Amino acid sequence: MSDKGDPVLVALVSCGSEYAGVQSELEKAASMLNAKLVYPEMDVATLDTIGMEFGLEVASPDLRLMMARAKAVVEGVAKVDGVFVTSCFRCAEAAIVRNELRRYIFEKSGLPVISYSFTERTTAATLLTRLEALTTIARRKHLLARMNQTGITAGIDSGSTTTKAVVMKDNEIVGEGWVPTIKVLESAETALQQALDQAGLKREDIQAIGTTGYGRFLVGEHFKADLVQEEITVNSKGAVFLADKQKGPATVIDIGGMDNKAISVQDGIPGMFTMGGICAGASGRFLEMTAKRLGVEITDLGDLAIKGMGENVEMNSYCIVFGIQSLVNSLAKGSSPEDVAAAACHSVVEQIFEQQLQEVEVKEPLILVGGSSLIAGVPKALGDLLKIDVIVPPHSQLIGAVGAALLASGYVSE
Amino acid sequence: MAKVIIYPTNSLILSDMVERFGHEPLAMMEKIKEIINTVGVDSPPLNITPEGPKHGLKYAAVEVPAGVRGRMSLIGPMIDLAEAGIIVGDSSFSFGCMGCARTNELTKFLIREKDIPLLEIQYPHTEEEGQDFVYKIAEFLKSLPSGSDEK
Repeated sequence: MSDKGDPVLVALVSCGSEYAGVQSELEKAASMLNAKLVYPEMDVATLDTIGMEFGLEVASPDLRLMMARAKAVVEGVAKVDGVFVTSCFRCAEAAIVRNELRRYIFEKSGLPVISYSFTERTTAATLLTRLEALTTIARRKHLLARMNQTGITAGIDSGSTTTKAVVMKDNEIVGEGWVPTIKVLESAETALQQALDQAGLKREDIQAIGTTGYGRFLVGEHFKADLVQEEITVNSKGAVFLADKQKGPATVIDIGGMDNKAISVQDGIPGMFTMGGICAGASGRFLEMTAKRLGVEITDLGDLAIKGMGENVEMNSYCIVFGIQSLVNSLAKGSSPEDVAAAACHSVVEQIFEQQLQEVEVKEPLILVGGSSLIAGVPKALGDLLKIDVIVPPHSQLIGAVGAALLASGYVSE
Repeated sequence: MAKVIIYPTNSLILSDMVERFGHEPLAMMEKIKEIINTVGVDSPPLNITPEGPKHGLKYAAVEVPAGVRGRMSLIGPMIDLAEAGIIVGDSSFSFGCMGCARTNELTKFLIREKDIPLLEIQYPHTEEEGQDFVYKIAEFLKSLPSGSDEK
């Protein structure tokens, strides 16, 4: 996982991490990626004036310290490759500062920035994917700039719910496989074999393999992959490739089986991004539960939702337990399955809107990917909510595997 | 000798004054020294582990941010021990800085809640105010019991 060579320098712009017991977890995640957390130096006198200078007067001195450090990054006083802005979960004052600093740093410096709000339970494993994406953007920009797939390559996306594989040849998908994730390696083997069979190729024909998703390390080691990469950069690449929007700005929303991601992309490279994962109510799992309760296949839920009116159903919670309970109560009161299916789709996208899209500037085109994008009610609900056209590219459930195969082809050329 | 909690809790000047008048300052520096020297715990820079915010639950509810509860795990026990307190309001960073406004509010509240002798004084901005500041603190410290048996 760790890249050799010079460490990536990541400015830690934080408030309270050393008091919340998570500092060592931050350091641990960074060291796993050959990254080094640095603390931008600034003149202490700046702390008296930074509030007015930045235009945000806050009571907490540590938040003023964050602003002063952000300014040091933007002005180039601190030479860094990326920035990690973090503060305590549930602190309203810090949330305002964190969001504004993230925007300020990204817009003024162009550096990749991630932000995260921690609790004492935040572990290195939770931070790893986010930091890995940050270091990848800083370290492998040349690889991420790749727009065409060359040679014969395979990509495997070992997701939490399903494992996807594609075989690509000369910039085209020639084979694909999609199986539920049961045993990680066996599922990956099956998915890849499906893709190879469809392509009419053998394992030895593959010139390079890329892996991504939750099981990327295990699967990558098993297949001796050339590229083992977190899903934020890989999925962005796959999304813009499949949507044919590789140049210019784009916003990618990926609703997976267990989490979701909102990524602001420029020329195929992620800028700001957020990653959910605390609440299953904003994932495909919520839709699966709804389908199960309605007694329909998940693949039929979307068509059902298209015919329904979500606003006819009162939902009191986004929670996968209490939200589903609301749906069940509505059914008991006589709501139609169509309305309930539409309400479920609306609930998922509304939570993503409230929790993720507030932190990422939505720039068109908006590309919706991940397994949930195939449920027709989901893109419709998202489009209705944002009042913009939502693009669901072909093979939208395969973006991770396609992105991995595309990026892995960089190793064929090398 | 009285145990005197100071605010800001890391003010070297206040801590020094308390000590000069024969009392024991309850200050962050000593507490930090204590925890960073805890054998077997390796969680730099302050050696606060995820257990810290959990200990802080004694002073702040679970919906209070982890950073506040982590800080309270250090400050709270000092307030528990306090027999007197000095709170300096609106001080400059160089006098002592607590970092988190919510922790500051809670710290001052808990000190005020205790039934102990308490001096609340504003940070001085002129020489005259400075002399008055030192005089008032000195008089307050002199008024406290000098021997532990007199408590």
